[in-house]
Amino acid sequence: MTTLPPQPITPEPGLPGTVPPDPVSGAPQGGGGVEREFTIRAMTQRQLVTRRFLRHRGAMIGLAVFVVVLVLANSAIGIFGLPGWWGESYQTTGEVVAGGRMTLDLLPSFADGDGVALGNHPFGQDNVGRDYFALTMRGAQISIVISLLVGLIATTLGVVVGALSGYFRGWVEGVLMRITDVFLTIPLLLIAAVVGKISGGGPVTLAFVLGLLVWVQLARLVRGEFLSLREKEFVEAARAMGASSARIIFRHILPNALGTIIVNATLTIAGAILLETALSFLSFGVQPPDTSLGRLISDYQQAFQTRPWLFWWPGVFIIAIALSVNFIGDGLRDAFDPKQTRVRA
Amino acid sequence: MAVFVIRRLIVSFFILLASTFLIYTLVAVSGDPLGDLRADTSPNRQQKIDARIEKLHLDQSIPARYTIWISGAAKCAVPGLDCDLGEAKNGQDVSALLGTAVSSTLRLVAAATVLAILLGVSIGIISALRQYSGFDYSITLMAFLFFSLPIFWVAVLLKQYMAIQVNDWYRDPKVGLVTSLVLGALSALTWGAIIGGSAQRRWVVRGVAFVASVGALLAMSASGWFKFPALGPGLITVLSLGAAVGVAALVAGLVRRNVLYACLATAAVGCIAQFFVTPWLRDPKWASWTNLLALLVVAVAVAVAIGWALGGLDKGQAIRATVITAVVTGLVIVVDIALRTVNPYSRLVNGRIFATTGSETPNFSGTFWEGQLDLLTHLILPTIAIMLISFAGYSRFSRASMLEVMNADFVRTARSKGLTERTVIMRHAFRNALIPVTTLMAFDFGALLGGAVITETVFARRGMGSLFVTGLSQVDPNPVMGFYIVTAVSIVIFNMIADIGYAYLDPRIRLS
Repeated sequence: MTTLPPQPITPEPGLPGTVPPDPVSGAPQGGGGVEREFTIRAMTQRQLVTRRFLRHRGAMIGLAVFVVVLVLANSAIGIFGLPGWWGESYQTTGEVVAGGRMTLDLLPSFADGDGVALGNHPFGQDNVGRDYFALTMRGAQISIVISLLVGLIATTLGVVVGALSGYFRGWVEGVLMRITDVFLTIPLLLIAAVVGKISGGGPVTLAFVLGLLVWVQLARLVRGEFLSLREKEFVEAARAMGASSARIIFRHILPNALGTIIVNATLTIAGAILLETALSFLSFGVQPPDTSLGRLISDYQQAFQTRPWLFWWPGVFIIAIALSVNFIGDGLRDAFDPKQTRVRA
Repeated sequence: MAVFVIRRLIVSFFILLASTFLIYTLVAVSGDPLGDLRADTSPNRQQKIDARIEKLHLDQSIPARYTIWISGAAKCAVPGLDCDLGEAKNGQDVSALLGTAVSSTLRLVAAATVLAILLGVSIGIISALRQYSGFDYSITLMAFLFFSLPIFWVAVLLKQYMAIQVNDWYRDPKVGLVTSLVLGALSALTWGAIIGGSAQRRWVVRGVAFVASVGALLAMSASGWFKFPALGPGLITVLSLGAAVGVAALVAGLVRRNVLYACLATAAVGCIAQFFVTPWLRDPKWASWTNLLALLVVAVAVAVAIGWALGGLDKGQAIRATVITAVVTGLVIVVDIALRTVNPYSRLVNGRIFATTGSETPNFSGTFWEGQLDLLTHLILPTIAIMLISFAGYSRFSRASMLEVMNADFVRTARSKGLTERTVIMRHAFRNALIPVTTLMAFDFGALLGGAVITETVFARRGMGSLFVTGLSQVDPNPVMGFYIVTAVSIVIFNMIADIGYAYLDPRIRLS
């Protein structure tokens, strides 16, 4: 029997902050005669997840874009009564200057002689002379607020109901499953349009009723997670030590399900933006005098041939918000995935 | 299996009852059905109000109204009785309105589903096989983009760029050199990604694809092909023989020639048959859907016979391959006929071949093929608008499913047995990866219907979506319920088919 020469064992990357041990002797490399002190910096789950998330390029770009849009929209026209830095209001009508053309000029002076300028109406003006930049910012603000609220309500409801039904089973689970089945046969847009019309069109009420529709999907996922987690040994151990059900749910099972919950909450937010803008497009969502990006697109879709900027800007903002939230969700999903060994480039 | 189906039917019946009651109540309280009449200033206002109260039973409570509606709708389920789904506010019978609307919407949703599944699953699987490559990243990026697109925005963009501008281009259809080069480069990249392999092979494929695409585009532009498109016998032969080789390579590999010869024989039979079939189908006397279906059955029968005769040891595999080849060849012949119809059709519609409104040209009088082409050109843009999001979902899902399967133990076993990569993928991994996709089909259908409502609004198609939108904005429950009952029943049927398909495909479920 031939014996192979001792193969060099590729050293494991090791924990961060350590020196990889010598493959043969096991002692830390690079040392001379003196023993090198090294510390193994153990990372908690939260630190690991945060680190993987912060290294995810797509998620970081998404986060940056989302924060930029959020800050821009809220600072430009003000929030909660605080004034913004943008002079024009989105409600004052006025005279339409130069056919409502965009005054935004991004080409520097050596390209077209005018220089980079913002102008009075960077996104142009609408039919009745309102400043379109302010309108778009207001629409973005409302859409973001609605989607964040929907995410919050849906997540809270979904986690509570899903946890209770997954852990206790019994009649709570039966009720949840029947409700889910009923909701499955109803296309979301259909019932969202109906309740949107009932809600009357104020953004907060709309967010509330939409949240009451969207939680079902999340509850199913949380229930699935809880169903599998409650069979684990640590739950059995906790129960054996006399932990109450509430303690088991909140201290043991819920932190383990947190990954799925956070990822799906983010995706719910992205879906909520598209749902709300679609509803506003069909005029069952946000009603005038408030505006929404979907309403803007619906109002000016005929103008596409002559004044395309009235159509492009709201769409670009919808895509920017939804895309950035989707990327954040994907980054979170990769960060929470314990099998993820390759760092996303 | 029968017990399963019956149990599902009973459960679905109760779910339908609950959901219809929910929707009816919500629509009924969503506004004031007499709102427009209250603001009326004409002298017979009170009579109008009374007439409407009587017609829509507004004096009764909402559950009572619902009972009236459901007893009328239940008559639809019994074949002998008349369907009474109530009347819309303007007096039209809802079932009559639905009749015309359903076909339009169903065409749209069916086309979108089929396209999304075919394209999405195949691209997802290829993307999984080429994980972390440039192709994979670009498909992932595209999927993310499509997930974040608002359908209504895309629909209006499509109306402008694909319809209006393409129609303008069609007046003098020429492809410039720069456009040809760009399109050729894109085609080269795509073909290189699809036909993988060693780097050298990929570059050869890219080169060939680039030259072929640029050459074809320039030739088509110079010869005025766009005005009088046709495939011609030569191209049909090349395409069907190429498809035969491709199908044989995928299904059985090119090493043992049995399946290859069987597929080539099928394609050859099809190519010879085209000289008889094409003039026969183009004759207006004989062109109809029943004849097309009959031809399909004949083609499949011939393919089964050839596969069985030439198949060698594994006749089942050979028959599968020949049937697919026969279907593809038939499709190529039909595409040729459809292309030849483009010129007479464009003369009928004054050169605006891509339509932007409606589901068909009003007062259209043309042959069978021109009518079908008309339906198709009205269908194409809304279908693309709806399909994008579904396509993204399917491609992501099938990619994830395929990756999971490729890392499974049985694939490792298959590889260690020495099977070729093609056998491992097509015979073992592919089928198992498809199983979870059936569950997605059931969920996706409901989302597609929502998208259909939006695109019908944008493209002004008279479908169920517009019934819903007008009904809801006028607080008119009957059209909305008409829309809902059709969608709910189709969703339930679709879910059941998906569940049965899932049980059929996955033996573990069947036997448990």
